[in-house]
Amino acid sequence: MNETLERISKDMQERFAAEISEYAGDSTVILTPEYVLDAVQTLRDEYHFNMLVDITAVDYWPDQESRFHMVYHLYSMLNNLFIRLRVPLNGNAPHLPTVEKLYPAANWKEREVWDMFGITFDGHSDPRRIVMPYDWQGHPLRKDYPLGYEEVQFTFNAAEIDKRKPYAKE
Amino acid sequence: MGLEAKTGNMGVVTTTLENVVNWSRTNSMWPLLFGLACCAIEMMGAQASSYDLSRFGMELNRASPRQSDLMIVAGRVSRKMAPVLRQLYDQMPDPKWVLAMGDCASCGGVFNNYAVVQGVDEVVPVDVYVSGCPPRPEGLIHGLLTLHEKVKKEKITHWA
Repeated sequence: MNETLERISKDMQERFAAEISEYAGDSTVILTPEYVLDAVQTLRDEYHFNMLVDITAVDYWPDQESRFHMVYHLYSMLNNLFIRLRVPLNGNAPHLPTVEKLYPAANWKEREVWDMFGITFDGHSDPRRIVMPYDWQGHPLRKDYPLGYEEVQFTFNAAEIDKRKPYAKE
Repeated sequence: MGLEAKTGNMGVVTTTLENVVNWSRTNSMWPLLFGLACCAIEMMGAQASSYDLSRFGMELNRASPRQSDLMIVAGRVSRKMAPVLRQLYDQMPDPKWVLAMGDCASCGGVFNNYAVVQGVDEVVPVDVYVSGCPPRPEGLIHGLLTLHEKVKKEKITHWA
């Protein structure tokens, strides 16, 4: 691991009770939800991670214990370093504070995470859906979201399906 | 020389109103400039020089639904896109036709899931379906000629 990155990781470990995992020279900081804001602010202000690359989430259903992981990717233009924050969240409807105040770019990314995973961001200025239609029910990227299926028409059942297919009127 | 000698002055042609109207409709059927996925690439290919849709008077893709007669639904229609598609269809002036190009527009194709409309005929009335994933330009042109055949058979009594 890069020396600077190692120093930063160590500092995160001490200040925010984080767990560090290293893979292929990348550092992942595993945090608890209450430290997210402070950790992101420290990285931005003290360690020059001035670019929010991505916010996303992972669903580990059917595990209920830390079912969702929030993932933040930050980049430091000054040091040419990437760092990744992971926040395990418990339960089916988790929520954690927004980082929109620190990085305005987080607005849309958090909207997308809310839309796709149903993770609520407290204090978000515009908590609407962004990808799915506004009246959509459910959060499609959850592992327990039904994929949806309509019976396929073949020669033997074409007429039968045709009868109940909702054709558009003029 | 030749034709004039055989047919005379050609100043007057007698035909039916049906024939004239259907002929003019089929030979200047302007499609709506509207592509949704990979089928749109084949549609562009059909309009480019090697296949040359302007042979059928369809070289102009109108960017406004108000000026177009034919909607070629080229690609999969997501549930979010469906209201937009319907609105574009409603804005087109009569007479108007819809061609569902490719498997996705016809029946959902390989995207049998919650996000994609299973056949655009659930949203707008379709006149011609073209199969293929995506259909080659020949396939699209065959579909368009099939539509032309259909339009040429329209009766004056249906217009009212």
